[in-house]
Amino acid sequence: MEFNETEKKKIAHLRTRYPDSRSLTLPLMWMIQKRKGFVSDEAVALIATELELPKIWVEEVRSWYSMFSEKQTGKYVLEVCNNISCALMGSQEIIDHICSVLKIKVGETTADGMFTLKTAECLGSCGTAPMMQVGDRYYELLTEEKVDQILEDLKNNTQPEQKPQQWPEYK
Amino acid sequence: MANQNILLNFDRNGANHTLENYLKRKGYSTLSEKIPNMKPEQVLDEVKKSGIRGRGGAGFPAGIKWSFLPKDSDKPVYLICNGDEGEPGTFKDRVILEENPHMLIEGMILAAYAINAKHCYIYIRGEYGFALQRVQQAVDEAYRAGYLGKKLTGANYSCDITVHKGAGAYVVGDETGLMNSIEGKKGQTRNKPPFPAVEGLYQCPTIINNVETLASVPWIIDHGGAAYHSIGTEKSSGTKLLSISGHVRKPGVYEVDLGYPFMDFLNKDCGGVIGNRKLKAVIPGGSSTPVLRPEDCEKITIDYESIAEAGSSLGSGAILIIAEGSCMVKTLEVLTHFYHHESCGQCTPCREGTGWLHKIVKRIEAGQGKMEDLDLLTSITKHIAFHTICPLGDAACGPVDSFVKKFKDEFIEHIKTGGCPFGGKFVRFQERV
Ligand SMILES: Cc1cc2nc3c(=O)[nH]c(=O)nc-3n(C[C@H](O)[C@H](O)[C@H](O)COP(=O)(O)O)c2cc1C
Ligand code: FES
Repeated sequence: MEFNETEKKKIAHLRTRYPDSRSLTLPLMWMIQKRKGFVSDEAVALIATELELPKIWVEEVRSWYSMFSEKQTGKYVLEVCNNISCALMGSQEIIDHICSVLKIKVGETTADGMFTLKTAECLGSCGTAPMMQVGDRYYELLTEEKVDQILEDLKNNTQPEQKPQQWPEYK
Repeated sequence: MANQNILLNFDRNGANHTLENYLKRKGYSTLSEKIPNMKPEQVLDEVKKSGIRGRGGAGFPAGIKWSFLPKDSDKPVYLICNGDEGEPGTFKDRVILEENPHMLIEGMILAAYAINAKHCYIYIRGEYGFALQRVQQAVDEAYRAGYLGKKLTGANYSCDITVHKGAGAYVVGDETGLMNSIEGKKGQTRNKPPFPAVEGLYQCPTIINNVETLASVPWIIDHGGAAYHSIGTEKSSGTKLLSISGHVRKPGVYEVDLGYPFMDFLNKDCGGVIGNRKLKAVIPGGSSTPVLRPEDCEKITIDYESIAEAGSSLGSGAILIIAEGSCMVKTLEVLTHFYHHESCGQCTPCREGTGWLHKIVKRIEAGQGKMEDLDLLTSITKHIAFHTICPLGDAACGPVDSFVKKFKDEFIEHIKTGGCPFGGKFVRFQERV
């Protein structure tokens, strides 16, 4: 495993932005997770070599932060917020609905490798609860019907355009 | 009373995030028109005069914090913008990051000038993919237009901003955890002292402020600290972004003058409780602040003093509305789960204690609680609070103590009847839309 040319250019630029190269640990891990979907042991070794750090320093970053995965996940990871505002607005029903539609439990991946279901802590979208995150997209004001449509769209590899925080139409 | 729009001075349907739009709103005019005639000390002075208190949760006056920087240090000074926004219920910084990023950038340039920082970091939580994209775009635009980089447009100093992406951890919102995270370490917090102003990022003097605090600086410098101070109350000056969610008809982010009556805000601005239900409880400043009963809220005004007097805190300005018919034990179960999940693992009282709290609340909710559990809960919080490096442990205790105290009957009912009177789940109110 190696960094590609575009990544190498980006790394050279990043090195000018921090006085200490250890600061590049998170940015490089993001770089790899973006390309591969997860951060393998090999990737950890690559980052450690690139930044001349003990491997354990990189490893502990990977395991400590919740957004880095060590293993291959489904193509789309559905992270449904189950914190306070979302819970009050019915996130549990949304989670139950996804479980029954995809026939998986929280933490599992569908047999076709398409979807992984997870729950998440507050994602800063409490005013538009219940909500979930898929990749870098937020899906807000969820209902069971909306979820069905979203899953259908994802199967066809369509994600909507990113938009700022959405507000419900008030009556 | 009409509330001012200092931070939300844009039409929410427009392309407010662009430089072009910001310039139309007189953006960067403070930097290019006022700064050439102001010394750094004068900028600092105006911020001090404004009395603005940190909007990240602790409410410490920004100007005073900035003046803690050592005068005789030859190390570089860093400025960090805290955009980790992880306190459950809070989603107000996101509006600035997504829709008004240039105001934040201008505020950071002005703050950097005041404290003589040459390099600034904006730390944004990793989940905020869209905010990260918009802020990076805005930073790139600002570089191209010469507002960032060497020798800024209209001013004779240089300033760099780097956007740093987080990776999911509530505790990184703590200032020292965040610094460790930028340094490429686990985001565990550091012991204080030394305070960041003396020894922060890369062991150099560092000022860290919340997104909203820094985004308010252009207005303060443009209109003067005294003008800002005249808004709000004596001890809580200016406007505040509020993120209101839960069982409220019109949830969202609002900007109000501090001192605004709470019941007016809830009933007039936000349309009241969903489906005209009765109000059961309010968490006024993010999940870490103690819960209030409706009668506590009748007289409060939205400012630091009034909410403190009622026994809670304005915190990050995240208001959570809970309607009659919701189970308070279940609510506390969700909260204790969160703090246990987010405890960073450094301090034993917090790492173990938050787990115990969750376990006990969970068993009460499941109908397996004992009467002794109530005292046990408050005795555990006594052993966590103020016995840890960072305030995450304290944050976990506020809700537990207040829920048990203010809704004791409900806890007792769960224990006595051996079950949850609300059926063990939240009722889903769908009258909002
Ligand atoms: C566990 C924990 C989480 C925090 N999360 C945030 C956060 O998400 N955003 C924030 O601005 N401040 C957060 N803070 C407060 C910061 O430590 C710090 O006080 C703040 O960023 C300072 O900025 P201000 O003075 O402008 O408020 C948190 C503190 C703790 C202890
Ligand atoms: S509680 Fe779900 S986004 Fe905040």
